[in-house]
Amino acid sequence: MVLEFRPQGIYCPAGDFFIDPWRPVDRALITHGHADHARWGHKSYLATKAAAPVMRFRLGEITLDTIEYEEARQIGQARVSFHPAGHVPGSAQIRVEVNGEVWVVSGDYKTVDDGLSEPFEPVRCHTFISECTFGLPVFTWDKQDDVVAQINGWWQKNKEEGRFSVLGAYALGKAQRILANVDASIGPILTHGAVENTNEILRNQGLSLPDTTRVTPETNVKDHPGALVMATPSAMGGPWMRRFGQASTAFASGWMAMRGVRRRRAADRGFIMSDHADWDGLNEAIKATGAERVFVTHGYTSVFARWLSEQGYDAGIVETEFEGESLDQPDAEVVE
Amino acid sequence: MKRFAQLFTALDQTTKTNAKVAALADYFAAASDEDKLWTIALLSGRRPKRGVNTTLLREWAAERAAIPLWLFEESYPIVGDLSETIALVLPVAEETSAKTLTDWMQVVAGLGKLEVADKKERVLSAWNSLPPIERFLFNKLITGGMRIGVSQKLMTRALAKATGIEETALAHRIMGDWTPHSTTYEALVLTEDPTADASKPYPFYLAYQLDDLDDLGSPEDWRAEFKWDGIRGQLIVRDSQHFLWSRGEELITDRFPEFAQIPDFIGNGTVFDGEILAWGDEVPLPFNALQKRIGRKTVPKKLLSEAPAILYAYDLLEHEGQDIRDAGYDTRRDHLRALIADLPPTVPLRLSASLDFDNWNTLAATRETSRDRMAEGVMLKRGSSPYLSGRKKGDWWKWKVDPLVIDAVMIYAQAGHGRRANLFTDFTFAVWNGNDLVPFTKAYSGLTDAEFRKITAWVRKNTLERYGPVRQVTPEHVFEIAFEGIQASPRHKSGLALRFPRMSRWRHDKPIQEANTLDDLKEMLETYG
Repeated sequence: MVLEFRPQGIYCPAGDFFIDPWRPVDRALITHGHADHARWGHKSYLATKAAAPVMRFRLGEITLDTIEYEEARQIGQARVSFHPAGHVPGSAQIRVEVNGEVWVVSGDYKTVDDGLSEPFEPVRCHTFISECTFGLPVFTWDKQDDVVAQINGWWQKNKEEGRFSVLGAYALGKAQRILANVDASIGPILTHGAVENTNEILRNQGLSLPDTTRVTPETNVKDHPGALVMATPSAMGGPWMRRFGQASTAFASGWMAMRGVRRRRAADRGFIMSDHADWDGLNEAIKATGAERVFVTHGYTSVFARWLSEQGYDAGIVETEFEGESLDQPDAEVVE
Repeated sequence: MKRFAQLFTALDQTTKTNAKVAALADYFAAASDEDKLWTIALLSGRRPKRGVNTTLLREWAAERAAIPLWLFEESYPIVGDLSETIALVLPVAEETSAKTLTDWMQVVAGLGKLEVADKKERVLSAWNSLPPIERFLFNKLITGGMRIGVSQKLMTRALAKATGIEETALAHRIMGDWTPHSTTYEALVLTEDPTADASKPYPFYLAYQLDDLDDLGSPEDWRAEFKWDGIRGQLIVRDSQHFLWSRGEELITDRFPEFAQIPDFIGNGTVFDGEILAWGDEVPLPFNALQKRIGRKTVPKKLLSEAPAILYAYDLLEHEGQDIRDAGYDTRRDHLRALIADLPPTVPLRLSASLDFDNWNTLAATRETSRDRMAEGVMLKRGSSPYLSGRKKGDWWKWKVDPLVIDAVMIYAQAGHGRRANLFTDFTFAVWNGNDLVPFTKAYSGLTDAEFRKITAWVRKNTLERYGPVRQVTPEHVFEIAFEGIQASPRHKSGLALRFPRMSRWRHDKPIQEANTLDDLKEMLETYG
């Protein structure tokens, strides 16, 4: 086996390293900076150059080595390389080759180009370990342009009615994806501190985002009438929101595809925008790898594995502790 | 259907009542008369018979989506709504359609009499010509449930706004036995109905739950009676006709035909407030007898004799054509007593019995007997109080007995629907019988959203077995189940059934061994059943 499934996470015996482990290990290869993949406490980390600044910011003093996309590196008997996953800036799939046998760990991915993250590239392999957060045929995403047009329309209308537009989205990835794509000429943009921290890091590494103003206790929001306010999901509904008065509220998440979830959030709008592959995206990505064997992780694993088996794959399930995107988590409905 | 879909979208995108009313009013101002009529019909629960069963719809949807049926069935409980699941799995429509809501209703109404192959052809062609939201609505129209967060009252308010006709008048006009095939918008809504004024109810006065007896002052100022578990109703006699309104201001005259004789005994210009109760041998029957009559627009003879209804009148709002709500409660009761005193027992009107008490202790002791009499507690009303409108503190109080409670172990969980889709909210609870856990009730309310999310995450990780949508879970969590009554029931494995069970507390402090036993429940059945 090129990779094994151990209690600490996905392990490569030939190279003596783990991929996105959830318990402290000596050497960890990290697909991207989200908290359930890049955890604290490993002795050494390896991640893409583009993922490194956010990881340093979030994890503090860590021993972090970086690698370019497509760059091959020998670790013990294993040859590893990182390839764009299209999930968030810096996110990667990790390819591991041992004695000519190739396995790829997808991490989190989406197959559409979001205009900000390095676009997903399929990697040929014998065995593919794929996430399947949205692995049901009810999940089909609209084109990004259409969703962005909905957000622009919502913001424009609120501005005309003299209200703020408060949009809850995950502080790393989703928030910047929205910022990079909305029509910034509509009005000013305010940001929650957690969103702005990520903005600063990504701007420093050369990504282009529109001008934003960080909301601090001193900020007089009345100086920014009709602003789009990029908030974290957890700030929505809390005391932080009070300063915006009768604002219109919205969330951006793949889970908003389900009316029940949307209504439960009790926001005015739910924009269906996900950084994960939809049903078609998952199926196409898996096909493009040419893999015969597929392991699925976090998401609707048992259903998706059964579907893949019927499609002729040798399919199995990897029990993982990745949890940030699953609907099981109290706030997962909005943080994916 | 575009306009109806826009209305739906506008309603779905807000939680604010005013915004909903505004969206509806805009729709009523712009839509064609026939579409308006259908909208009124759908939002007041009138719909054509289901012409296709849902099994066929699932099969056709899976086939059209090129997925196996099992995959569709796995997806359905996660979405929590069949119409939505179908709309989500179908491929993008290849055609467009200019059909109106009325046109589509014609299609839906026509399905019933077709052969299966023709039904399929119509449905597939509809799916292939509608964009996602309209497709979802079309599915709702065929499957029959148009619950879109708009009550009949809200719809009536919007219609009043759009037409300038008074709300209570409209509420009355759109009542009754009509379908969009039997009337027109003009005739139903715009034509003045001479009986509208006669039926007009007064707003109900509602009581708060009593917190502290000490706030009430002297017992002499107060009147008390048992609080019965029936349907609050207002009975109007005017113009030699009678009208019965429920507390939700729904006209329910037709559901209680026994009241038709009342205008023969009670003069015009009389309005009673009271409780509709199923009545046998001069005592109220258990609520489940009355329950059979709720929601039935016509009442079969058998039910009429099994569960005859009376109005247990406790107040008089209009007397000899005069609104007497400002007169004190004692004065109103005097008039009420005089009206009812000499009626023959065949007339389904009773004067509510007053409870005598000299001090609060006596009343508290009487209250403790409520459950034995199948009452929920006692009502307290100030003798001098006017009849106010809505829920007001000060003069009327309900003083319910505490619910019965039992600690039980959760053993099965099922996801909810609609707003609760994807959350495990419907649970089955068990008590100990020796070393076995015996299921005895289901409950789905009482927890906060945060608690439901927490238990949902736990259920997913602790599923032992799946039976379709039901999951058997590790017996680990104890909940306190509160309920209002208990009855023997041969249909249930435990031999008993609870009235209004809900989760009153999550007993994190209790291990499952300390949950109650079936014997404890049987003892309760002995005492209160």
